[in-house]
Amino acid sequence: MSDSGPVLFLIGASHRTASMEAREKLSLSGGKLEQLQHSLRALAGLREHTVLSTCNRMEVYGVADRSAAVEELQALLCGIGGMEAQAFERIRLRESGRAAIQHLLEVAAGVDSQMVGETEILGQVKEAYAKAQAAGATGAVLNRVFQKAFQAAKQVRTDTAIGEGQISVASVAVELAQKIFGDLCRCRVLVLGAGEIGEKTAKAFRSRRAADMTVASRRLDRAGELAAALGAKAAPFEQLPALLAESDIVVCSTAAPEAVVTPAIAGAALRHRAARPLFLIDLGLPRNVAPEVVELPNAFLYNLDDLARIAEENLAHRQAEISRARALLAGKAAALWDQVAARVGGSGGHTAA
Amino acid sequence: MTFLGLPDRAWFWFAAAFYLAGLVLGTAAVLRDRRHSHFAIYGVLALGFLGQTIGLYLRGRATRGCPIGNLFEIFQFTAWSSTVLYLVVGTAFRVSLLGYFSSCLSAFLTIVSLGMPAWDPARPAAALGGMPWVAFHAALAVFSYGVFALLALTSVMYLLQTYSLKHKRLRGLFSFLPSILDLDHISLRLLIAGIVLMSWALGIGAVHWLHDLSSVDTPKLLTAFVWFAYGGVLALRLLGRLVSQRLAWACVALFMMALVCLGPVNASRHPVAPVAPASLKS
Repeated sequence: MSDSGPVLFLIGASHRTASMEAREKLSLSGGKLEQLQHSLRALAGLREHTVLSTCNRMEVYGVADRSAAVEELQALLCGIGGMEAQAFERIRLRESGRAAIQHLLEVAAGVDSQMVGETEILGQVKEAYAKAQAAGATGAVLNRVFQKAFQAAKQVRTDTAIGEGQISVASVAVELAQKIFGDLCRCRVLVLGAGEIGEKTAKAFRSRRAADMTVASRRLDRAGELAAALGAKAAPFEQLPALLAESDIVVCSTAAPEAVVTPAIAGAALRHRAARPLFLIDLGLPRNVAPEVVELPNAFLYNLDDLARIAEENLAHRQAEISRARALLAGKAAALWDQVAARVGGSGGHTAA
Repeated sequence: MTFLGLPDRAWFWFAAAFYLAGLVLGTAAVLRDRRHSHFAIYGVLALGFLGQTIGLYLRGRATRGCPIGNLFEIFQFTAWSSTVLYLVVGTAFRVSLLGYFSSCLSAFLTIVSLGMPAWDPARPAAALGGMPWVAFHAALAVFSYGVFALLALTSVMYLLQTYSLKHKRLRGLFSFLPSILDLDHISLRLLIAGIVLMSWALGIGAVHWLHDLSSVDTPKLLTAFVWFAYGGVLALRLLGRLVSQRLAWACVALFMMALVCLGPVNASRHPVAPVAPASLKS
């Protein structure tokens, strides 16, 4: 990093450079964020700054009048993490100029995320920037860089498949249901059993505005508890045949030692449904739905292995898009650097970690 | 008769080229695992439709009637009907891949008919007797074939999506298919629309036939048979007796049968050996 003139920089640590224990030390929870921001405002020579703190990364983006300010900032981070300078340098992520911009663009687009292509990070970057902006900590350079980063993140999602396909079991189940029913707002969901994975999947359906939800369990009290948590109705397990005939999506996660949805029960339900398909999601182990049910016309059956395999395939597909996304973002970073370089007096970027 | 110096068959080739371009564009997108551009597919289909409209117009002017007087013209008119339906109402369905499948069907119908000179024999002008109502009846009946063609497409999409979900093959072409329930709803609407159009066509024709029972020939009986078959399918669907894959297979099979029925229609109108294509004589 040059010692003359202002510099655009990034310093911090992420899941790529630091272990979970190290990230825990650097975590800015419980008032530490405010403490750091207060210190940064008081740091001489630091013209602009934004702090991005998530469970997978703690990064400070800034514009400093002199490189010594970055060293002082590093000392501040070591102090917060209770780490020796040498220990911090081993896990440190430090970039400047165009490389810092490229990194921010990759972070915002989800390219640098642990779950490649996830969208939550873009919201977190926006929130970090909004906080910094509200505190008057950003200026002409960071304002431009962050706003362009948001645009680039959207473009990467449009132009590559980095965000395509769901990568969690519950989201895959919801995506499959949409392939069968389209909009889920008219779908009735039946949750069989009160298992944790069933609850997560039911919540995913609830978040997609499923019209109606019923929880049936052998223990009506547990069904009632889960139904209350989901905003659903509780029903006794004995009503299964009737409930099945009325439902479009069935999430099974009972601890039953054998299949509770047999071809006979599913077949009888399908006869009452005319043209409407029946989607059975079997999350139980041992399986709650007899495999032969898939042979029935208009019945679609996916078990835990199927959903996990699809999630893995989707993740692999996203990872295969990383190089395309990086190439696209490299072009954006170069163009953006050309726009801001004059303000920060740089001629390029380098990795200093 | 020409337009911009080109005869009708040149315009039909022009249309076929654009329909084929739609097929190539869509296939390339699917092979690259990318969602194709609806705008691009819509654009090439619209250009193909324009060329085909000019071709049919020239043919209609030359024959002084609706250009559905032989098998070549019926295939062209059916492709034109399904394309106009897609261009007008297809986008309202908001069904991904419908444009791609429409371009596949139109390319197939136009290229196959262009590749069969025997299907386009010279025929006398006003082959439909020169009566406007008879021509209108015939045009409506062939237009309903276009609706049934689109129904066959949505049925094929339904079968593909069902196969994909049953066998857990969700990548490639399958990943872009619309939902099963959406396809079922669209198919039902197309089935009803096709039957309404064909009923209208047969109703107009019946007024004429009742005055002249001797005019009830094989083509009319076959059209009535196709109408009856589709009507039966609709009745069974509404009763919930023919649903999901069986309904989709029935719609595909019926359209195939309807196309096969066009052979006797052509033969009855042109019992003599085919001669050179019309455009060569224009």
